[in-house]
Amino acid sequence: MNIQQIIDKLELKVLTEPRDFTSVTPTFGYSSDLLSCVMAGAPKQGIWVTLQAHGNIVAVAALLELTAVIITEGAMPDENTIQKANDEGVTLLSTSNSTFSTIGQLWEMGLRNP
Amino acid sequence: MIPPLIVQEALDLGINLLAITDHNSSGNISAVIKAAEGTGIHILPGMELQTQEEVHVLCIFDTLEQIQTLQKIVDVSLPPFQNNPDLFGEQFVVDETGDFLYREERLLLTSSSVSIKSACEHVKALGGILIPAHINRKAFGLLPTLGLIPEELENNPVMEISRHITIQKAVETYSQLSKYQIIQSGDVHRLDEFLGVNYFDLEEPTIAELKKAFLKIDERNFQIRHPNL
Repeated sequence: MNIQQIIDKLELKVLTEPRDFTSVTPTFGYSSDLLSCVMAGAPKQGIWVTLQAHGNIVAVAALLELTAVIITEGAMPDENTIQKANDEGVTLLSTSNSTFSTIGQLWEMGLRNP
Repeated sequence: MIPPLIVQEALDLGINLLAITDHNSSGNISAVIKAAEGTGIHILPGMELQTQEEVHVLCIFDTLEQIQTLQKIVDVSLPPFQNNPDLFGEQFVVDETGDFLYREERLLLTSSSVSIKSACEHVKALGGILIPAHINRKAFGLLPTLGLIPEELENNPVMEISRHITIQKAVETYSQLSKYQIIQSGDVHRLDEFLGVNYFDLEEPTIAELKKAFLKIDERNFQIRHPNL
């Protein structure tokens, strides 16, 4: 499973600059809105589902080399955050769906926790 | 905590500067100011704002007009929920004797849609000081919620740690804190929770003086003494 398939299946909006997502494969899935927990618990190269849209999500995602961050419930990071994500090579994806249904769909696609 | 008892407790502990910072609310501040008249205790009007990111930040000012301006911004940024006193407790507004005036019907115990960045901008524009509250606490604390100090707060000189940790332990745990002045206010919700450990050398009890004290300039000073831990 690659990020492009996830984008298509979950109808995610790509907030950062597009790139070849077919070549990016997430290892595992993770979800929390407390960034200290994410720093401690999210798997490297994983995909992270959160409704936290604060700019610090980019620093955390870059630190853990996450393959993508899915921001749920339509929460929208500001322009600086998107710019920072582009600078750091972090992929930000957006959905109006809830975290629960997003994780459910990822699980159905075969993504698991570490 | 009714105003005359707050004032009496502060008098008993030798506290002469108090900020009133209710959650998303400023309705009870004028009552405390009146209750403190003639006692030598100075009251700074403030608010514990719960931001969009679910982080608590203290916004403290010199005047009621300033806090009321912030209150208007917060009022339109709160979701339109009614408080349920059975679940969340009563939200009373009282007079300076502690007598009931009215019940705040909106739910205050929730996040506003004001971001930390926007709160910084509003407080700065209004001439107040912003202090992230109980930053080490898992519930609504800056560091657990956002993982690290965000760039919009990098130049904010002061952070408040919870009553359950020493400054030394806080700095050991979060090395980023070594750059900041740290206060400890106790998140006081009950009369027996006053800490009274923040000492300031000021010319007068104003926000401008507090800012100087946190920067330790012009012979103003700040320190924590005898932490009550």
